[in-house]
Amino acid sequence: MKLIVAIIRPDRLNEVLEALYRAEVRGLTVSRVLGHGGETERVETYRGTTVKVDLQEKIRLEIGVSDSFVDVTIKAVLASARTGDVGDGKVFVLDVEQVYRIRTGEKNEAAVTPPETVGA
Amino acid sequence: MPTINPADTAWMLVSTALVLLMTPALAFFYGGLVRNKNSLNTMMMSFVALGVVGVTWALAAYSLAFADGGPLLGGLANLGLAGVGTEAKGTIPHVLFMAFQGTFAIITAALISGAVVERMRFGPYVAFISLWTLLVYAPVAHWVWGGGWLMSRGVLDFAGGTVVHINAGVSALVAAMVLGSRKDYGRQAVLPHSVPFTLLGAGLLWFGWFGFNGGSALAASELAGLAFSNTFLAPMATLVVWTLLDYFRTGRATAVGAATGIVVGLVAITPAAGFVSPGSALLLGAVAALPSYLAIALRSRTRIDDSLDVFAGHGVGGLTGALLTGMLAQKVWNPAGADGLLFGNPTQLGLQALGCLSAALYAGVMTFVILKALSLVTALRVVPRTEGVGMDVSQHGEEAYASGEGSILVPPELAILPEPVPAFTPQVASR
Repeated sequence: MKLIVAIIRPDRLNEVLEALYRAEVRGLTVSRVLGHGGETERVETYRGTTVKVDLQEKIRLEIGVSDSFVDVTIKAVLASARTGDVGDGKVFVLDVEQVYRIRTGEKNEAAVTPPETVGA
Repeated sequence: MPTINPADTAWMLVSTALVLLMTPALAFFYGGLVRNKNSLNTMMMSFVALGVVGVTWALAAYSLAFADGGPLLGGLANLGLAGVGTEAKGTIPHVLFMAFQGTFAIITAALISGAVVERMRFGPYVAFISLWTLLVYAPVAHWVWGGGWLMSRGVLDFAGGTVVHINAGVSALVAAMVLGSRKDYGRQAVLPHSVPFTLLGAGLLWFGWFGFNGGSALAASELAGLAFSNTFLAPMATLVVWTLLDYFRTGRATAVGAATGIVVGLVAITPAAGFVSPGSALLLGAVAALPSYLAIALRSRTRIDDSLDVFAGHGVGGLTGALLTGMLAQKVWNPAGADGLLFGNPTQLGLQALGCLSAALYAGVMTFVILKALSLVTALRVVPRTEGVGMDVSQHGEEAYASGEGSILVPPELAILPEPVPAFTPQVASR
């Protein structure tokens, strides 16, 4: 199993969630983060104060999936988060040593997507 | 020779300030209902009307509305405020009358913005409300108040049910259809970012409305007292009925519903304020909740993205108020008015319907023409990508709730401002 970490634009979050739902990927964690990926910085002006907004708001998704779901998940994120402009974000795929589902104590593959194979 | 009455002048000075406050109030009302990323832009759509509509009013629209002219349009005698001095107009200084009426023009144009929020580019919006003030507001104000054809036929509109609310409501509906819906409309939840702002706005609107309706007596008179009290009573009844409707439909009384109910009640009493009894005002306020409540429920099932329900609130509310004026008006309360259907004068209802219909038709057609003409010159809305980023950053280069995290101060000597986005050339795709 893998942990997929995706950094995406906040305004693509709904599209990405929709795509993941369609791909039957269940279970993920979302956090608001600040980041910078080489996009042109934004300039804002408040009265006489001009600032360069170097760190942009981004969304980080963390998704634990079984091996068979890795490609499906990556494809869904790439297709739904892409706008074609600099700043679309990244997808990282990390090896995971162990996973436990807290409620049941299930371990590894049984504890990540797909959930329906468990207990069926 | 008319002379100036100090008491009337004092009340109209206060009224003018009260009505002017309604536009910032509207900014809060609307600003709370949109998403965080569009809140400044939405508020600016109201605030900018204080500037451009006010100037348009002073330079030309006032003359077209109120200078002596024909049945369809006023004259050019007061262009650029020529001949508008401190001489008496009625019993108040002419220049004060101009200012009082100007505050109405400003809020009417700002009302339309609720239908096009979260997607219309700022430059074209500013151009639109300026042209609209000149080509739609001024003529309709002339018809009903400036000695035009509806006024001479006896159509009753005390403080602007037709001129302000039907006019803005229908224009808003047409503008929403011309612009098209927001990219997220009907696809994902678009929730109000600050309901407290909306409640604050509704409260301030009510406060300002005492000047709007009470001031429309143009005097510190018995009539002003009647209009003021009716403005006090009607929204209370609407608020009660609206809350009950909310409660029976969803099991809960909502805050956004309460704010909306207050505004609908205010809209509905506007044309009637100086023509009906206080008891009728309560009845009118209670009845007015139903059509607007229904219109909001039905509208949200359509593809028409009148985002903040300007048509349901102001168009339908104004129509209800104007027609009920034709039923509930009583000469006993205002000898200068007329009796309505329920007081033995059925023709008044027909007259009211004529007023509503002609204003709605004219506003709808002209709004369509102005927007289509503008769209030949420039793009009316931002590209979907920009809609995603939000209008505050893209249109104004500011955020409503900037944390400052990740922002680097640029020293004044190094500040190179970004290339301004041309307001009236077709936009570059990334903006």
